[in-house]
Amino acid sequence: MAMADMRPPIESGCPDGFQYMHPAMRRNFGQWKYHTDPRPGVLCHVAESGETVYTVKCGTQRILDLFTLRELTSIGDEYADGYIRFTIRSNVEYTVDDEAKVEPLIKALEDKGYVVGGTRNSVTTLSHTQGWLHCDIPGTDASGVVKSMMDELIDEFRQWNMPNRVHLTTSCCQINCGGQGDIAINVQHTKPPKIDHSQVSNVCERPSVVARCPVAAIRPALVDGKPSLEVDEKKCICCGACFPPCPPMQINDAEHSKLAVWVGGNHSNARGKPTFQKLVASAIPNNPPRWPEATAIVKQILKCYKEDARDWERVGEWVERIGWPRFFELTGLPFTKYHIDNWRGARASLNASTHIRF
Amino acid sequence: MAANKIYETPMLDELEKGPWPSFITGIKALRDNHESQFINDMTSSLLGQLEHSYETRKGYWKGGTVSVFGYGGGIIPRFSEVAAAFPESKEFHTLRVQPTPGNYYTTEMLNQLGDSWEKHGSGLVTFHGQTGNIMFIGTTTKGTQSFFDEINEYGWDLGGAGPCVRTAMSCVGAARCEMSNCNEHGIQRWLVNNFTDDVHRPALPYKFKFKISGCPNDCQNAIERADFAVIGTWRDDMRVDQAEFKNYIESKGRQYIIDNVITRCPTQALALNDDDTIAVDNRNCVRCMHCINVLPKALRTGLDKGVTVLIGGKRTLKIGDLMGTVVVPFKKLETRDDYEELVELAEEVIDFWAENALEHERCGEMIERIGLVNFLEGLDIDVNPNMVSSTRQSSYVRMDGWDDEAIKWFENQAEA
Repeated sequence: MAMADMRPPIESGCPDGFQYMHPAMRRNFGQWKYHTDPRPGVLCHVAESGETVYTVKCGTQRILDLFTLRELTSIGDEYADGYIRFTIRSNVEYTVDDEAKVEPLIKALEDKGYVVGGTRNSVTTLSHTQGWLHCDIPGTDASGVVKSMMDELIDEFRQWNMPNRVHLTTSCCQINCGGQGDIAINVQHTKPPKIDHSQVSNVCERPSVVARCPVAAIRPALVDGKPSLEVDEKKCICCGACFPPCPPMQINDAEHSKLAVWVGGNHSNARGKPTFQKLVASAIPNNPPRWPEATAIVKQILKCYKEDARDWERVGEWVERIGWPRFFELTGLPFTKYHIDNWRGARASLNASTHIRF
Repeated sequence: MAANKIYETPMLDELEKGPWPSFITGIKALRDNHESQFINDMTSSLLGQLEHSYETRKGYWKGGTVSVFGYGGGIIPRFSEVAAAFPESKEFHTLRVQPTPGNYYTTEMLNQLGDSWEKHGSGLVTFHGQTGNIMFIGTTTKGTQSFFDEINEYGWDLGGAGPCVRTAMSCVGAARCEMSNCNEHGIQRWLVNNFTDDVHRPALPYKFKFKISGCPNDCQNAIERADFAVIGTWRDDMRVDQAEFKNYIESKGRQYIIDNVITRCPTQALALNDDDTIAVDNRNCVRCMHCINVLPKALRTGLDKGVTVLIGGKRTLKIGDLMGTVVVPFKKLETRDDYEELVELAEEVIDFWAENALEHERCGEMIERIGLVNFLEGLDIDVNPNMVSSTRQSSYVRMDGWDDEAIKWFENQAEA
């Protein structure tokens, strides 16, 4: 097609959400007074005007086929008021303006296999990345890990069993697109990249790759007469940062790309300031199709948290209170030299006091 | 209809077991039951490649350059490295489409988007990706253009991909949450739609993200993930309904309130009075939200609302994770001028960063490298003790401008 025949885009950007909001939300925008939690998976919001809306939250597979999407919309048409929103963890929320609609809506969702829950002090859906399904640099899958774990955590999603809400995340590489979670399951590479020297000069802008390395372990080199790159394997931290700009820096390895578990990431300012997650376990096999070893560790941590934490304590706050020695004692996980940070700012994570736990 | 070629998927079949909804069952439904041959074949091939990934523990997609006419980004191009074995998904690009703030839809609009997607793509979609986009997953280069042309006509535009201003996100917000202190929807659209050109034509040092949360619970993960985080807050007294507070004591017990509210305040700004009312030291409240979260009927945010702006949050690559840093402790957002000032701040931040960042350096990494004060001076923003957790611990700094800085502080205080 000639350029002149191409359709120029309408650069409309981010659309106006008010046109898609439940009318009760539009009417009471900014005028909500309080909320209650009538049961797991249901929120009740009351406005200054006295108007009340009920929201039913349910978990999905996130990678939706159009049959599933249409099933969700037809449930929305038949049992709700025709409005849907998605949470940032890809849960679906239906809002209705009449309490009588809540139970039939829940029944319709559960009859079709959707899982109602994910509110308040539950384990909500793992937020996850793309993985082998669509990413260009993944060390593992994402949707499969999540499916496997949620199969086992489904009761914790449906009920209010936890001391506070639990956000789980996964990431398929160490860039960590999944973000911070109370418990995060992330890829951890353990060997330097294997370099496909025949391809480097064809597909990589070598100075950019050199600049991308966080520890300056990569330098230009001539290999077999061709311009390539070499890695100082003593310096290399196996982070994989060189791989996205230069696919011949093959960091993913069927055996040596492992999973690691981190705890205590929290974005809320409630009680304490937001926190980053901290390493608790690594060298976990990347074991499709159901990753049982990773799930077992997550369940073990959740069990200890559930038994030992106080109401409203997030995982990170619980560990902060009981201390790391007790965390490793309770969970039975090994404490290793790899738990001691040596990255920039590491000094702040060392114990410069006589506060010792026995 | 049915796919021309069906691949054995014994490992993926394991993911059809168990009670949580299965994405594999969904992809198989497209393969076996959809009326479009294109969708049957593409999803069948996708399952074949995914099974191959599960068997070999490797990914087989590579990037490339695909965009729609007039734009430089918004598409995540994916070409299969194993197309010879799985040819029908050899091109499997994702379109990133900007959702509404707060991710609101009517069922009618979702169906319309679905109708368009099954004409031009694989039938797989995700609401939403980690950046916040609707992800229409899987189509050919030709399909990206034809799908975009169709949905762009009824109000949907591509988001960002690559070194550009990215799609923004905000929480459920004032539409359905009593904790909200701002119009998240308005803020998101004012901000990101001012940079439409920078969304569609990647020309910045790296990505730049806006995220908006209506209160310090920060359900949108803005401080942790956004280069420019806007968080709703208030600066007057929190509202207290003492009658409802007494109701909570009655229903939950005094001990519960002491253990879970009074003693959990991070600045010890709460006290339980002898008559079972609550006393709040509002001058020392840091708006953490905890007591309001526990007692939403009795305690509420104040009425003198505004936002805090934090700059520089990001994930691990390259120097390690960074939270955003307070750059604007409080800003009213009521008038059109207020919103324009916020947009101007964003423009100045992006301009300064674009001028001063290294290639592939996020805004927070640049601030880490040059120091917060240099960043503030570049933006002509006055320092404020709310920007730090503590003052300097090292004496190794040249301080011969002290007297002038002290005068500036007292003059600013006098003006405020």
